[in-house]
Amino acid sequence: MKRQVEEEINQLKAKILHMGSLAEEMIHFSMKCFIERESNFGEKVFKNEEEVNRFQIEVDELSSRILALYQPEATDLRTIIAAMKINSELERVADQAVNITQTCTLHLFKETPVKTMMEIPRMATIAQEMIKDSLDAFSRSDVELAQAVLKKDEEEDTLKAKVLSEIIGMIRKHPSQTKQLVDLILISRNLEKIGDHATNIAEDVIYMTIGKDIRHPQQQDPPVVSPSL
Amino acid sequence: METAAIMETPKTDKIAVEVKDLNAYFGSLRAVKDFSLNMLEKKVTALIGPSGCGKSTFIRCLNRMHEVTPKAWSEGQVLIHGEDVMKKDPVLLRRNVGMVFQKPQPFPSMSIFDNVAAGLRLNGLRNKSVLAEEVEKSLRDSALWDEVKDHLNKPGTSLSGGQQQRLCIARALAIRPSVLLLDEPCSALDPISTAKIEELILELKSNYTIIIVTHNMQQAARVSDFTAFLLLGEMIEYGVTSKMFTNPGNKKTEDYITGRFG
Amino acid sequence: MSAQTLAAPSYYEIDLPHYRKRQAVNWAAFLLTGVCAALTISILFFILGYLVYHGFSSLNWDFFTKLPKPVGELGGGMANAIVGTFKLLGLATLVGVPVGFLGGVYLSEYGHNKIGFMVRYAADILNGVPSIVMGIFAYTVVVLPMGHFSALAGGFALGVMMIPIAVRSTEEFLRVVPHSVREAGFALGLPEWKVISFIVIPTAAKGLITGILLDLARVAGETAPLLFTAFGNRFWANGWMEPIASLPVMIYTYAIAPYDDWHRQSWAAALVLMMLVFITSLTARILLRERR
Repeated sequence: MKRQVEEEINQLKAKILHMGSLAEEMIHFSMKCFIERESNFGEKVFKNEEEVNRFQIEVDELSSRILALYQPEATDLRTIIAAMKINSELERVADQAVNITQTCTLHLFKETPVKTMMEIPRMATIAQEMIKDSLDAFSRSDVELAQAVLKKDEEEDTLKAKVLSEIIGMIRKHPSQTKQLVDLILISRNLEKIGDHATNIAEDVIYMTIGKDIRHPQQQDPPVVSPSL
Repeated sequence: METAAIMETPKTDKIAVEVKDLNAYFGSLRAVKDFSLNMLEKKVTALIGPSGCGKSTFIRCLNRMHEVTPKAWSEGQVLIHGEDVMKKDPVLLRRNVGMVFQKPQPFPSMSIFDNVAAGLRLNGLRNKSVLAEEVEKSLRDSALWDEVKDHLNKPGTSLSGGQQQRLCIARALAIRPSVLLLDEPCSALDPISTAKIEELILELKSNYTIIIVTHNMQQAARVSDFTAFLLLGEMIEYGVTSKMFTNPGNKKTEDYITGRFG
Repeated sequence: MSAQTLAAPSYYEIDLPHYRKRQAVNWAAFLLTGVCAALTISILFFILGYLVYHGFSSLNWDFFTKLPKPVGELGGGMANAIVGTFKLLGLATLVGVPVGFLGGVYLSEYGHNKIGFMVRYAADILNGVPSIVMGIFAYTVVVLPMGHFSALAGGFALGVMMIPIAVRSTEEFLRVVPHSVREAGFALGLPEWKVISFIVIPTAAKGLITGILLDLARVAGETAPLLFTAFGNRFWANGWMEPIASLPVMIYTYAIAPYDDWHRQSWAAALVLMMLVFITSLTARILLRERR
């Protein structure tokens, strides 16, 4: 039996996926902006941001509508909840990409370029992959893929630590470039945050698919009173 | 997994109704198949499922109304507060396990007062002042007192549908049962009366064990603590209501709750 | 772009000849059934009118208070017959109603089996037994052993005639009580006999009383059974062991006699009897209609 609510949920999912691809593009272009020191790419980032913001509102409106009209239960309900959370995660990813771009256009371009970019482009690639994978997992309700995303975050964290220590070393050697090097730290933090958002999305996907909330596992579940057989 | 998803119990609450391997028949037709479940005291347990799944038949086994239908019989064990219902006199049993039916049916020959007092009077209570007290208490408990206190002598059938159903609830409560069975109590009522009765159920559960059959899933979600999902006479899943509606264990439950059938 | 196709003619226009024919048949049927209905009612009014015309003038105080005068003398009344009719109907009620009522309760609450089927069938057959045969039955059972006619025998005959109708009407009116009322009673922890006595029967009370009243009205006019049970009496009957006068028998006796005065009194008696039956039926109908 084809249900009306399914149509609307599919629409919702499509919007999220579109937002995701916009966000991925933004990461990509912000990196190109950073690497090639070309502000045209920056323009593309800002354009996407407008669209992402628009979609954010649409997703929230559609979610409220579905909740009010259909009183969805079980998987439908979890899908809506996941969509709303992923919505705000993606918006923040977009913000991070915008921050990277602004750091480039407003600061880095005005200074002399630093010799190496270290692992920053690699961090960006990983971040972009994580976003893509987490959204694929959302689209296909793929728990394994979501768990792989969670694992990948370890790599991102390792890279960030490496970048940080390298930059600290460089600051000692070339104190005149401190300003640019600090900006590089900021960019690496932006990218690390994008990775975190991707893991959040993956956690939401797991909740949506199997109904298990895997955040903060160190906290114990409160005892639940229930009838026995 | 296709078996019922039951959670472990810490046994902090008492069990009011224990059902073991209950089978209910109409002649040779088996309407309830191998039911086993426990219902906790002073909680609301809801039974949901599509039409014909056996939920009304099951609830009528709990106060032995099932056998009133010609050719209807059952086997298996039902314990209410530890007592086997089949070994008890059905008349005495029903004084402890009250029932409210789908169609509000006040006794047509009686006034509002007489309707509520019927169970007490016909079981031997004659003292007028005690009767008046009990009637007032029951009408207050069923949130009807304020609406009828000035015309208790009007016939029971002069009330609106929602009021009539609350009258039937008052009538059932007057004999102070410990368990209250509600068989689709709101099916024949408008949404506002339904809401009033749902509110009532939430108030009543502090004093009574309530078992409600409903074909309205949202109602089960709103009022019950535990929900059992039935399909074609079998119990598919039984658990805490909030979990049942956010993350049911059985795919059939999920399909029913999300409206894929039924 | 204007519509090029012609609008199809309406059904009415196409089918006019058939429509006219159907209308005509409709009217003919209406008139036919209407005339027959009017005929039915008019018969009742005709009878009433005739009775009033012939009998009303002979109604006077004497008629209701005096005993019949000896043969040949003018005047007198039918006080004993009026009282006698009431006495007989009273006894008939005592005989027929308890049996009929309880039988009806049995059929409605417990009679969903072969025994119930047989009881129902027997009641229906009993209902069709000619009233004179009932009279013979009562004669054999009461009059012969006693050796004489009596009010007892008359009341007995009428009572037995009341039984089948009382049984069926009680059963029907109890059946009409919805099963949900009974279930609600059971659910309160009441034994079956209490549910029937205090809930089901009071619910059907109006209908049950109506049934009894209509039964009475029917039996009030029975003449044949009284001919050889109560027989008749030109004086007051003391107690129940003596033959007793009744309106139907008096009507018969006076109508076939050769005296004009008696004929007039017979009309009056017929009018009184008719009024009795009429009032009883009307009361029954009004009772049923109240609070519907």
